[in-house]
Amino acid sequence: MTDIYMPRLSDTMEEGVISSWVKKTGDKVEPGDVLVEIETDKAVMEYEAYEEGYLVKQSVSEGDTVPIGAVIGVLGDSPDAAPAESDSAEAAPSTEAPAEEEEEEEAAPQEAAPAPSASADANGATRPRTSPLARRLAKEHGLDITTIRGSGPKGRIVRADIEAAAQEQTTTAGEPTAPPAREPAPAAAPQAAQEAFDDGRDSEEITVSNMRKVIARRLLQSKQTVPHFYLRRTIDAEALKAFRAQINEQLESTGNKVSFNDLIVKAAATTLRLHPQVNASWVDDKLLQHRRVNVGVAVAVQEGLVVPVLHDTDKAPLSEIAAKSRELAGKAREGKLKPQEMSGGTFSVSNLGMYGMDSFSAVINPPEAAILAVGAMKQEPVVRGGEIVPRHTIALELSVDHRAVDGAVGAAFLKELAEILEEPMRIIL
Amino acid sequence: MADTAKPKGGGTAKSAGGRRRNRKNDTPNLADEQPKDLLDYYRQMLLVRRFEERTGQAYTQARIGGYCHLNLGEEATVVGLMSALNERDYLFTNYREHGYAIAKGISPRGVMAELYGRTTGVSKGWGGSMHMFDTEARLLGGYGIVGGQLPLATGAALAVSYRGGDEIVMCQMGDGTTNIGAWHESLNIASLWNLPVVYVVVNNFTGMGTTVEMSSAEPDLYKRGSAFRIEGQRVDGRDVLAVRDAATDLVERARSEQRPFLLEAFSHRMKGHSVVDPAKYRTQEQADEARAQENDPIALFEERLEKAGVLTEEAKKEITDSVREEVADAADFAENSPHPDVSTLFDYTYATPVANESRRMPADPVFAE
Amino acid sequence: MSVITYRQALRETLRAEMHRDEDVFLIGEEIGIFEGSYKITEGLLKEFGERRVRDTPIAEEGFVGTAIGAAMLGLRPVVELMTINFSLLAIDQIVNHAAKIYGMFGGQTSVPMVIRTPGGGGQQLGATHSQNIELFYSFVPGLKVLAPSTPGDAASMLRAAIRDDDPVLFLENLGLYNSKGEVPDDGDQVAEIGRAAVTREGSDITLIGYSRMAVVAQQVAEKLAEDDISVEVVDLRSLRPLDRETIVESVRKTGSAVIAEDDWLTYGIGAEIAATIQEGAFDFLDAPVRRVAMAEVPLPYAKPLETAALPSVDSVITAVKETLNAVGRRVG
Repeated sequence: MTDIYMPRLSDTMEEGVISSWVKKTGDKVEPGDVLVEIETDKAVMEYEAYEEGYLVKQSVSEGDTVPIGAVIGVLGDSPDAAPAESDSAEAAPSTEAPAEEEEEEEAAPQEAAPAPSASADANGATRPRTSPLARRLAKEHGLDITTIRGSGPKGRIVRADIEAAAQEQTTTAGEPTAPPAREPAPAAAPQAAQEAFDDGRDSEEITVSNMRKVIARRLLQSKQTVPHFYLRRTIDAEALKAFRAQINEQLESTGNKVSFNDLIVKAAATTLRLHPQVNASWVDDKLLQHRRVNVGVAVAVQEGLVVPVLHDTDKAPLSEIAAKSRELAGKAREGKLKPQEMSGGTFSVSNLGMYGMDSFSAVINPPEAAILAVGAMKQEPVVRGGEIVPRHTIALELSVDHRAVDGAVGAAFLKELAEILEEPMRIIL
Repeated sequence: MADTAKPKGGGTAKSAGGRRRNRKNDTPNLADEQPKDLLDYYRQMLLVRRFEERTGQAYTQARIGGYCHLNLGEEATVVGLMSALNERDYLFTNYREHGYAIAKGISPRGVMAELYGRTTGVSKGWGGSMHMFDTEARLLGGYGIVGGQLPLATGAALAVSYRGGDEIVMCQMGDGTTNIGAWHESLNIASLWNLPVVYVVVNNFTGMGTTVEMSSAEPDLYKRGSAFRIEGQRVDGRDVLAVRDAATDLVERARSEQRPFLLEAFSHRMKGHSVVDPAKYRTQEQADEARAQENDPIALFEERLEKAGVLTEEAKKEITDSVREEVADAADFAENSPHPDVSTLFDYTYATPVANESRRMPADPVFAE
Repeated sequence: MSVITYRQALRETLRAEMHRDEDVFLIGEEIGIFEGSYKITEGLLKEFGERRVRDTPIAEEGFVGTAIGAAMLGLRPVVELMTINFSLLAIDQIVNHAAKIYGMFGGQTSVPMVIRTPGGGGQQLGATHSQNIELFYSFVPGLKVLAPSTPGDAASMLRAAIRDDDPVLFLENLGLYNSKGEVPDDGDQVAEIGRAAVTREGSDITLIGYSRMAVVAQQVAEKLAEDDISVEVVDLRSLRPLDRETIVESVRKTGSAVIAEDDWLTYGIGAEIAATIQEGAFDFLDAPVRRVAMAEVPLPYAKPLETAALPSVDSVITAVKETLNAVGRRVG
């Protein structure tokens, strides 16, 4: 008898929803067979069997949410082997369940209880103990209850905890607002509760997906814990425009095409190789400089956004980046990205040029140290040799984690990147 | 007078059958009676009989719900007792009261409609078979709990006494009731306080399936007031005139002496305890006896009236037809009356409207928000 | 305004109502010659005579039923049951008759009567004489059940009960008869039946009680105020109908509640209050609703056992503090 646990299928996943059971109770299972489809915070994933046997129990029903490590089913030696109830009735908070967060909630016994929030800690506790009042107030304040430490009995979150958190939220919200976030979805930073919403008739609660909750939580974490600073630079894109036309002419026979974004991604990778201080992460009072350059590309999808990663972007030829980028974006929109295709990023590029944005400030995607926000290409009057001439330009804005990268270092990086883009041959050199 | 009409042969169940036949008729001479009154008693008894037969039928047709106890075999007692009361006197009964309601002056329509649970019923469909009530007719309730009506009737007599009124209260009950605590407490209080109440025990020899001898250490029930110094009499409940006379005597003494009295009237219960009781506990002999012509108060009275030339063939036919018509009309009326609207469900919880009274329907939340 | 005892407030109200309405009369055991087991009716026999103050035999079913019958004809009897324990002998008349007669007969006759009876333990009376079984009557539609905790309420609520056309079970308490409080001298205050009262405003926690426990709740609130804890006290006053709005409104404000009841916990009055709170104030609760109630034993005679079994100021304080601790108020 072998328990099947809720697998970890993304780097940020803490719990998963049983999307559908592919194998029914009693079905023969071969290694490699798809057992179940699981909706993680990012995508619906197929989960395959590692061992052979028979699926003798589905411990978690379709549509239900359990944390990583919880038993979701049982494999037996024969189709009618009866699992002992205790095997599956409780979560098995396994040692391999990654302890990503430092929450110290006691591990409550798990069943297939639906967890209303993406709150599972790595030990397998789903919903935090919360008083109904605290839950309501958290909602009013736009606070994610899973980020709040309870001070009541057995860690119950009570009104006092919410009020403290709300207080903290107001005091830390002192920095100038950065209206457009890097993602095309509506601004994710929680807003302070407004009394006008209390009445319930003017607002309606929209049920949100796991993914949405994770996005919200990670962005909140980013803005609350990462000290952002911003650098802006507008480049002359005439050369880039000509370069792209030239390349696409060459590629015409292959059917492949290079976008401005592909050029910018590749240029960023090249620049990162020249400025390794920016290809870094600040984690737990340590500064990590990454050997590989993996640039993530923000992609808007229905539920929010995902950031598929182009591994070793600096080494890949431009055509490959173009092709891979298109493939990953397609997969992202279909919710079919594999975890490894979304993990390991060291730098991100977010482009709202297609929406006509002049420029914007993006929220850093931790643990990366910087993100590049790309605006629309447009013709601007530019002074050249004492004369005003029309030139195509692109506004770039770099958001930088000040803990990992200082202003001068960041500026040097952006300056170099701008110069490369203005002499685009350097992108591929 | 009535005291000599004893059904008693001995104190045991074994001798019960024998003693019942060992009765002696001490009945008023018809020559002293007004023919009109006699025909009226006859008609009322027949009306009760036909009404109860129709009730039994409607019950089996599921037009009537709940428990349903009939006055079949007790018609002389019912009519005799009611003829002793004036219209200002109060009546409390037990749950076998359809006949009393009619004889006290309530229309058969109102009684049948109540049985059908319609708004036109005497209790507006809230009471059913066991809970007929009519303020105007001064029937202050049929009561479903054995003995429940005794303290109430006693209290009504207290109210009359308190106000110095000249009404009396009659409290009807079955033989089994004489063993319940409320009996003793009520009779004691009524006697202590000199209340104008006549307790009437309708002895049909059986409380459901338990005989009087099995349940009462003193089976001469009319004697059971003696512990409270309440004078008791026994009368043959099959003889409407004897019942009338005995009841009138005690009612008027209660009125003039301001004292409680006790009357026991015995008669046979022709059928089971209720419509659905096949009365299997009776032997064939007992069953035959209960339905015998000689024990049927209507057959007995009819024979006497015919012999005396009071009831002619013509009059009999006319009465029979009009009774049949009245019962049919009552059933039609009930059938065609409206059911109470559910919106009236909370109309009668409290007489004085009160804050925060619950008007919650079963699936309603306590707080509707 | 005079300061008088709960006992005096009852007696003066009875006297005033008997003067006001000839139909009002008293009936019960030992209320006349003996002047009442607890002397509520002292002097009334002499003043009104046997017709209006009627000593009964020891026959609760009989005299309670007699009062009901008299009420059906329009008198307004005020019954005294020596203690609520003895009401069990009359429960058929109270539940099957007094409570049913108005509705069961389609509203044709009402039963305007009052049954006064004290509950309460703590007097070393042993198990059969120390019960708080007002729940039995509070359960029954058709009855109204009042439980005043102060002399002022005793007067205005008894007046309301006597003037009401429905059967009212009027719960007194042995432990309250000597308690003092203000009662208006003009004496015509008529309470509204079915209303609870916030008898002390506070912001930290709601403490709910009735009868003796409403008084205890006040004492608790006063004591905790010294520690800067703000307790809101709700006195239920009417057990049927139950004023759910007032309870819930208070809990919505404070976020937590303790119920103090003199009856047994399981299925008790507090259970109904707690259910009311969870339904009406779920999103406002910061801690589970806590109940303080009598230990679930037939109350023993021996003093240490009796004292231990009964809710007290201290036991309520403990529950209040633990509840406050649970919402993050560190109150020791």
